[in-house]
Amino acid sequence: MKYLTELVVILGFSLLGEVVKLLIPLPVPAGIYGLLLLFLALVFGIVNLGQVAHTGHYMIEIMIVMFIAPSVGLLKTWSILSEVLIPYCVVVLITTVGVMVVTGLLAQWLIRRREQR
Amino acid sequence: MISMQDIFVHAAYAGAVLTIVAFIIGTWVHRKLQNAIANPVIIALLLIIAFLKFFDVDYEAYKKSSDVITYFLTPATVCMAIPLYEKLSLLVENLRAILLSVFAGTIVNLVSILLMCKAFGLTHEHYVTIMPKSVTTPIGMGISEELGGYVTLTVACIVVAGNLGFMAAGKVFDIFGIKEPVARGLALGNASHAIGTVRALQFGMTEGAMGGLALALAGLMTVALAPLFASLL
Repeated sequence: MKYLTELVVILGFSLLGEVVKLLIPLPVPAGIYGLLLLFLALVFGIVNLGQVAHTGHYMIEIMIVMFIAPSVGLLKTWSILSEVLIPYCVVVLITTVGVMVVTGLLAQWLIRRREQR
Repeated sequence: MISMQDIFVHAAYAGAVLTIVAFIIGTWVHRKLQNAIANPVIIALLLIIAFLKFFDVDYEAYKKSSDVITYFLTPATVCMAIPLYEKLSLLVENLRAILLSVFAGTIVNLVSILLMCKAFGLTHEHYVTIMPKSVTTPIGMGISEELGGYVTLTVACIVVAGNLGFMAAGKVFDIFGIKEPVARGLALGNASHAIGTVRALQFGMTEGAMGGLALALAGLMTVALAPLFASLL
């Protein structure tokens, strides 16, 4: 029963996320609403960790293969993409590394400054 | 004789098995080579593309028979709440740093895309196509569609931004001396959404939890700011 309970709690929060998505007309996926709702449920003790942890960690571990099939879809856009390839690559490359550096350095600086006090 | 295409059209698990086997081979090759570029996802992608070309299977058939895996993306995203809750004290302690750095990163993302699109003389349509490249696919597609971008190209940008972050993170963190686990997780989630978060999880649970948090926060902030930035080009 343990795994069945865990699965239904996780799918239940996925369903709740989908319902919230129907109610709020924003381009936010159901999974993000579900994440926030499950987090709040854990914080307020409505759900306890033991009711989701095993299946949850399993799902997170296999999450990486869920991005492979959509990535193969790049093949299909190749004919359109090849026309704008260079500017697109330059913009995506520089801005992605830029965001990573700014976010990481600022977060690290703020964390260390707080710890020094 | 049945063709491979027939198998993919009629068997609901063909794509799923191919995807997972390709990933396992990718992981194995990655371990043997110890090279950041040859990461398991890239190797899996190349193997799958080669397989589909070789056996003349079209992408639609592959996609449909791998839907069983993709179907779990929503519950897996929901589960990111678990490491986040397990690191709750870390979240509360660093709340200010988390909010400020993710916000700053989001602004840098939007401003730098705007400036570079201007520099390249790209049209408004191309600008709003690239704009949501650092957020998770469903959010990015929604933003692109709403602002009049080319949605399929947006998905391509999101995939590239994700895998680029996945591959480059180790080097980038070394070069810029980013060592704090919290900072690493936030940087990965903010720049490379869910694929970055998967990389963050390889660094550790703290990194993974922060990656998931940054992914959600960046998505929400970008949804709020995108229409404003769209009016600038």
